[in-house]
Amino acid sequence: MQPSFKGKVWVLGDDIDTDIIIPTDYLALPSVAEMAPYAFSPLRPELAGQIKPGDIIVGGKNFGCGSSREQAPEIIKALGVACVLAKSYARIFFRNAVNNGLLLLENPDLPDAVKEGDEVEVTPGVAVRHAGKDYPLAPMADNVLEILSAGGLVQSMKKRNGLA
Amino acid sequence: MTGHTLIEKIIMNNTGAADVKPGEIVTVTPDALMIHDIFVPFVANKFEQMGFSKIWDPDRAVLIYDHLVPAATVDDVRHFKAGDAFAEKYGLRHVHRNDGICHQLMVEAGYVKPGSVAFGTDSHTTTYGAVGAFSTGIGYTEMAAVLGTGELWVRVPSTIKVELEGELPPGVTAKDVILRLIGDIGADGAVYRALEFGGSGAKALSLASRMTIANMAVEAGAKCALFEPDEKALEYCDKAAGALDLAKLRPDADAVYEKVIRYDAKTLEPVAACPSQVDAVRPVRELAGTKVDQVFIGSCTNGRLEDLSAAADILRGKKVAPFLRLVVTPASREIYQQAAEQGILKDLTDAGAMVTLPGCGLCCGRAGGIMASGEVVLATNNRNFMGRMGDSTVQIYLASPVVAAATALAGVIAVPN
Repeated sequence: MQPSFKGKVWVLGDDIDTDIIIPTDYLALPSVAEMAPYAFSPLRPELAGQIKPGDIIVGGKNFGCGSSREQAPEIIKALGVACVLAKSYARIFFRNAVNNGLLLLENPDLPDAVKEGDEVEVTPGVAVRHAGKDYPLAPMADNVLEILSAGGLVQSMKKRNGLA
Repeated sequence: MTGHTLIEKIIMNNTGAADVKPGEIVTVTPDALMIHDIFVPFVANKFEQMGFSKIWDPDRAVLIYDHLVPAATVDDVRHFKAGDAFAEKYGLRHVHRNDGICHQLMVEAGYVKPGSVAFGTDSHTTTYGAVGAFSTGIGYTEMAAVLGTGELWVRVPSTIKVELEGELPPGVTAKDVILRLIGDIGADGAVYRALEFGGSGAKALSLASRMTIANMAVEAGAKCALFEPDEKALEYCDKAAGALDLAKLRPDADAVYEKVIRYDAKTLEPVAACPSQVDAVRPVRELAGTKVDQVFIGSCTNGRLEDLSAAADILRGKKVAPFLRLVVTPASREIYQQAAEQGILKDLTDAGAMVTLPGCGLCCGRAGGIMASGEVVLATNNRNFMGRMGDSTVQIYLASPVVAAATALAGVIAVPN
């Protein structure tokens, strides 16, 4: 179990799609580091520059819908985001995030309760505390936890292949 | 034991399990893996980072260049070089460098068959459900892992049954069926779920139309969208598929569905998804008169022969509206050639269309008709996300090729006669 941590939230809405997270225009840039400044640019061009390591992104329902582009969770991770908190996730984004060791948390009520700039305290696997209230987190499947605890799928495959 | 839905049957056939239930996590062995140009450098890089030295079964992997074909920038070429090097190093034989859009080719070239399990690095991999295959999109890290191991975990999805009964009215197409469904259930209405299409209306659809529906199922969040495989599916696939036992690929009468949604085909009408949400679906008649700058007919959703032919029937002998740009992109070289042989390309170009080479260019916002601030496009592809086809203020309406052709003539969104 990971220890608790606190972070400041950036609040986005429902159906934040992968074209918003990283537009196709920037997908052929040679590295995720070069793409990162363009994260969320169609919706909020200034956001990538404002996010600080340890911050938390809050979305509504169906976060990460759209294309299979794995740069979406990779860029969120590259910005130093501690975790994403949403009502629900699109399935490819969910798998991609797990495979890149990006923590995704799910709760139906918290996204409507927080305001941008609020601080929340996350206890992974248990709950998120905001304004004195605990919001329970949906449990994760064992195989998902296994990949997350290995630090992502690359690490987990390295272990399998005797490289780590 | 209760009966099984089609996705459950396919998973059971693949794993050898006597029973599976929604929510269970199972490990499947893919029959086909599709990698496209835009992600192949990342797949290659992750594959080597993971420490694999060979691909588990190179003959099950298909590498397709489509998003960047023909190259629009110098950087795009880097992807082809990376793909070529990966194919050469690991012995991939199935490489398509300029044959068309990946999802069209996977079906057209017979890489997927009824009952196949297939994964691809593109979200619209759901398309192969048209022939009764379980196919879905994955990321490049996962593709690298499955290329090395030959296995992938999946959660058995619950199934939403969509019963389409009766005959579609003239001018109403498969695109209107799937847009209506997405509008009704929402962009997250089928997240983690399988959609299973049945009923006399579904059986009557051509394979091309079924591909349109399965392609867009992911816009409702579906993991996959399946049509029960029939003679039409076998005809369209590689003839070798004829040896398949289709009896094993029928949903049971007592299968358990999460929900059943019914449509009477004759009550459906032309609809469009309005900017910038795929589920903001409205009847075209309510949008009639909206001025458009560009019309796009093509993509893996609606770039097949029946789509081009339906558009040509409307455009033949007429001219597109002044100042309007009409871009047409056939989904594959084979379709392009057939459209040429049948005089469809002549009808389209006579009317003023720009016919581009098969590829993903405009649909994924990379090339071939990119649009500027404040412009409006009516397009037959699958996504109208903000910024998808150029500037983030471009207004994208999604509709059928029939509506697209009528709109191209009128210069404003128009209901086909």
